[in-house]
Amino acid sequence: MSPEAAVTTQVRPQALARYCLALGDDALILTQRLGEWMSRAPQIEEDMALGNIALDLLGQARALLTYAGEVEATYTGEPARSEDDLAFFRDEREFRCVHLVEQPRGDFAFSIARQLVFSTYQYALYSRLSRLATSPDPTLAGIAAKAVKEVDYHRDHAEQWTLRLGDGTQESHRRMQAGLDEVWPYVDELFTDTEDAAELASAGVVPLPSSLREECERRWTAVIEQATLQVPEPTRRSRGGREGIHSEHLGYVLAEMQHIPRSYPGSTW
Amino acid sequence: MYGNDFSTEPSEPLNAAETGGVEQAMAHEDRRAQLLSEAEVADRQEQFDALIAADQRIEPRDWMPEAYRKTLVRQIAQHAHSEIIGMQPEGNWITRAPSLRRKAILIAKVQDEAGHGLYLYSAAETLGAGRDELLDALHSGKQKYSTIFNYPTLTWADVGAIGWLVDGAAIMNQVPLCRCSYGPYARAMIRVCKEESFHQRQGFEILWALSRGTSEQKAMAQDAANRWWWPALMMFGPPDAESSHSEQSMAWGIKRFSNDELRQRFVDMTVPQAQKLGLTLPDPDLRYDEESAHWRFGEIDWSEFKRVLSGDGPCNAQRIAHRRKAHEDGAWVREAASAYAAKQAKRTAQAREEAVA
Ligand SMILES: [Fe+2]
Ligand SMILES: [Fe+2]
Repeated sequence: MSPEAAVTTQVRPQALARYCLALGDDALILTQRLGEWMSRAPQIEEDMALGNIALDLLGQARALLTYAGEVEATYTGEPARSEDDLAFFRDEREFRCVHLVEQPRGDFAFSIARQLVFSTYQYALYSRLSRLATSPDPTLAGIAAKAVKEVDYHRDHAEQWTLRLGDGTQESHRRMQAGLDEVWPYVDELFTDTEDAAELASAGVVPLPSSLREECERRWTAVIEQATLQVPEPTRRSRGGREGIHSEHLGYVLAEMQHIPRSYPGSTW
Repeated sequence: MYGNDFSTEPSEPLNAAETGGVEQAMAHEDRRAQLLSEAEVADRQEQFDALIAADQRIEPRDWMPEAYRKTLVRQIAQHAHSEIIGMQPEGNWITRAPSLRRKAILIAKVQDEAGHGLYLYSAAETLGAGRDELLDALHSGKQKYSTIFNYPTLTWADVGAIGWLVDGAAIMNQVPLCRCSYGPYARAMIRVCKEESFHQRQGFEILWALSRGTSEQKAMAQDAANRWWWPALMMFGPPDAESSHSEQSMAWGIKRFSNDELRQRFVDMTVPQAQKLGLTLPDPDLRYDEESAHWRFGEIDWSEFKRVLSGDGPCNAQRIAHRRKAHEDGAWVREAASAYAAKQAKRTAQAREEAVA
């Protein structure tokens, strides 16, 4: 990994570092939510499947945070912040995740609806990132190339469950529709063209978030319709996560996640 | 994948799965075909006895005495339940693990325990005991799980202590089961022991880091060792003199060593590891006996064991309530999955009919 390679003339490293933090924070906070399912899933197979997805997301988060720290060091002149520095010693306003991943785990239908949206989005993002063959940023492309294979499985898992729940029993149909309804206000935010993303996209380093939307909508609409469900049309839309304006839930996620390292600063574990 | 990468680790075996027992079980020679063809007698009991006498595996299709089947179902079910109940005290720390690397290792570990539960429920299924039926027995309290999981995980060091002591004791119990006379159980145990061995090393590694850390971290590690040591020794079960099922299980090749034998081996292996960690063990009578080359330990408080076993432990009610809630909350999901599967089967059949017509 050579952050210098990434810091091309067109792109400010600040934008790249913040972009990687945003992607890494999404993956990290959703890991926390998925981790809550372990020992609480509807069947043992799902304890394993959700754990597996959490583990993949955590791996992505670690790679992205580590890289963000390295890129950041090129302009701060300070030693690079490690994955743990970034995960455990940033405050709420410094996190850049979207509101979608912060929401409490809800019932199984909500978690599946969230995973359907998030994995579809991640698949579109990572496959585009990894296909930027002449990417000015081989590190990011490399992280994406590994992740896209994992996310392909996550998306399939969510799609299969969407079908089972939507086209299962009356109760599961009702719950799955309710799950989608609850998740949909958080969809827009994923495709917001932040200043950082727009800057990186114009240099060809990353895809423009809004350009991923059509592919995602086509994919999940097909699944939702096949599951005899409806794509919700929410009136409310979340915004601001990428700028550090979060839902109230994030503070609690962080309090729980960060408590031990912050109680014993300077310790290694 | 999540190997142990601490460079200062002792290179000698850390647990019973690292002393060749698993490999020995894997090298077991299958002479069933020969034995069964030689056995002229059609008597099923004699055939069973001959297989046991020759240290061969009994397979699901074989005839077996009803008491053998029952004993195995009880033991395998209890083992399976222990794996999935064990996910709770450790899962308790997933969201709070103090580094991302430790978090990854812990998620993988809890996931392994779920996998162990699955292998074991499948092994029980080969004896005619379905998973649903066994889970019901767990939820109603008819069947038990290892009483060690009725103790709480109160600090991060407890995650280390569970790996080091609880997985370590479990491995000591389970390595001989890799040679159990019932084939599916023995094979499940081989897979389980290999993974448990990682868990035990990872637990040791957590404590290793703490014991080299700040004074607060050392105190945390010591406190965990103090609380988990005696319950870990109780995991081997009551003393031989009071163990009710042991003799028959030995005769059937289910059990290979007595409770006290395994407990002694565990103590002998673990005390030097505690010394390496710089931890003391909460037993004033613990001392090395040169003559027998064993670590002698004090009296175990069996009244505590019985009390916790009978339901009066710190977490008994919580563990079962948690488990039941997960099961009840998931009922609609499992129903949906079977309803969907039935619809799909019907659609496939219809499509086939239409294709023929
Ligand atoms: Fe296990
Ligand atoms: Fe284990």
